[in-house]
Amino acid sequence: MAEIRNYTVNFGPQHPAAHGVLRLILEMDGETVVRADPHIGLLHRATEKLAESKPFNQSIGYMDRLDYVSMMCNEHAYVMAIEKLMGIKPPKRAQYIRVMFAEITRILNHLMWLGAHGLDIGAMTVFLYAFRERESLMDAYEAVSGARMHATYFRPGGVYRDLPEKMPQYKVSKFSNQKKVDELNQNRQGSLLDYLWDFTETFPDRVDEYETLLTDNRIWKQRTVGVGVVSPERALQLGFSGPMLRGSGIEWDLRRKQPYEVYPELEFDIPVGSKGDCYDRYLVRMEEMRQSNKIIRQCIEWLKENPGPVMLDNHKVTPPSREAMKNDMEALIHHFKLFTEGYCVPEGEVYQAIEHPKGEFGIYLTSDGANKPYRLKIRAPGFAHLSAMNEMVKGHMLADVVAVIGTQDIVFGEIDR
Amino acid sequence: MVNALVEQLGNLLGDQMIACEQAFDEVTIEVAKDDLVEVAMQLRDQDGLQFEQLVDLTVVDYLQYGLDEWATDEATGSGFSRGRKDISESKPKWSRERFAVVYHLLSISLNQRLRVKVFIGENRPTIPTVISVWNGVDWFEREAFDLFGILFEGHPDLRRLLTDYGFVGHPFRKDFPLIGNVEMRFDAKQNRCVYEPVSIQPRVLVPKVIRENEDTIYVSDPQSLKESLKQAQKGENKDPVNG
Repeated sequence: MAEIRNYTVNFGPQHPAAHGVLRLILEMDGETVVRADPHIGLLHRATEKLAESKPFNQSIGYMDRLDYVSMMCNEHAYVMAIEKLMGIKPPKRAQYIRVMFAEITRILNHLMWLGAHGLDIGAMTVFLYAFRERESLMDAYEAVSGARMHATYFRPGGVYRDLPEKMPQYKVSKFSNQKKVDELNQNRQGSLLDYLWDFTETFPDRVDEYETLLTDNRIWKQRTVGVGVVSPERALQLGFSGPMLRGSGIEWDLRRKQPYEVYPELEFDIPVGSKGDCYDRYLVRMEEMRQSNKIIRQCIEWLKENPGPVMLDNHKVTPPSREAMKNDMEALIHHFKLFTEGYCVPEGEVYQAIEHPKGEFGIYLTSDGANKPYRLKIRAPGFAHLSAMNEMVKGHMLADVVAVIGTQDIVFGEIDR
Repeated sequence: MVNALVEQLGNLLGDQMIACEQAFDEVTIEVAKDDLVEVAMQLRDQDGLQFEQLVDLTVVDYLQYGLDEWATDEATGSGFSRGRKDISESKPKWSRERFAVVYHLLSISLNQRLRVKVFIGENRPTIPTVISVWNGVDWFEREAFDLFGILFEGHPDLRRLLTDYGFVGHPFRKDFPLIGNVEMRFDAKQNRCVYEPVSIQPRVLVPKVIRENEDTIYVSDPQSLKESLKQAQKGENKDPVNG
């Protein structure tokens, strides 16, 4: 009789469905997974240690590069942790801008997840559709901060600058003539808020489009229904958060339960799944996009009516205006001190969590009274989710591993840090 | 809300709670290493606590706590010294055990958070694992072992997690240099990767300073501003540049 034994498959780190640099050692019995052992750390940059060697403000840019598909949400947690430790509160308008961009980021993240998850399972078209909308939102990022992805827009005490009154325009080139350019610029005639309002008008229809492609699609359902089921009890035990927890039927959203910024004033619903499989998590995230759209609209309405400062006037933390710097000695000193030495944060420790698109993203900040953090710990939601990989794929087929990686919404920037 | 939790903790844990602190609407308790698993069980299962979820586990290395690289409290006739003193040569100010293992807990049913701290010494940094209480702690403990060298007794699979295969040392300890000890390159002659001692010099772009005068106090509510100003006046610790 032939000898039968398990064999091992090395999945990644250069596999297109590995979402970055995941290396999975899969122990297989035929085509069934017996054990999965993720090897991570290939993107480890020691962000936490780097932050210890820099003044507080200089690490904001590193936060963008953690979860590089939801940039401003990472900044949000970090900036709020500093503010909590210093006891300052940004102006109302800044809070609204932050919440608006946090929700834009949520849509960006979910679109990326949707495209990649679909592509992994074999739905090519969704990816192209999702990137069409991502492009519009990236333009909003660019208009407000100058960068399409790594914005460094949120600062302790507010946001770096107010929303622009004019949107950047497309120009005639050898690829697009005047007629085409006019068409592209059609929704860019007003301010950034008008542009975003225009986006939110059409976005729910776009989500409908994605849903026509997937929700009742037979192949999609065969690949996701009943795959990677997590019971609510296990989800809690394994430290799940965000859509992974809500997909298992636990209604828990930090925006509601431990509200921060202006979330108490906004109206939105929290979608919850029932079975805890990949399909439920898919539905939860789709609905979250619609809810984010709703929040953005409320923010735009408020922001249009309420102009005002977007940064605190406390120049120990925030830079003085460029103009003041040229004429006022004290402003010049403040500017110099802020950009060389930074500010000292009182001794203490805080933990600030936000509802990140992927789950609970937390910053644990310890300060010994210096101008640099003494210790910064980043609690990444994906880290806890990926650690449950073994449990989620055990007993499934090899092809389901890809579906589970997709449903966990893994991004290595935040897992490896 | 927070006060009720503190009261509950006092009643249920009793002597096992070494210290309890409230700051920024957050509660921190300190527990001895030997009581940890027992306390963790109680925190999870007792009515009124019900911390079903362990959100985060991390370690703080207090070796260089409160030390600065640049003296700002006195100036000579020509201004402040431009010299930076190496922080690793200063005498440690921290008098307690070097490492603190920090657990962040979340109760979903009661909507409350708690931070648990366990201090452990430098010579044999061991602590019992809580994997039987919260299964999700697996990787968090592996990470703490990898980066800080904390040994979790009873952990089923305590391997390195984030660093390279065959890495030596625990990089997040404060005495581990930021630039590391070795660098790697591909050697075409030997046709393999080789490790060599680092060739770059460590440098500090912005020295670490600690300022304990009114300039460092940022408050949004006027009441505490007044109090802090009073305190600052008592201290008479004026900064010649900004004061």
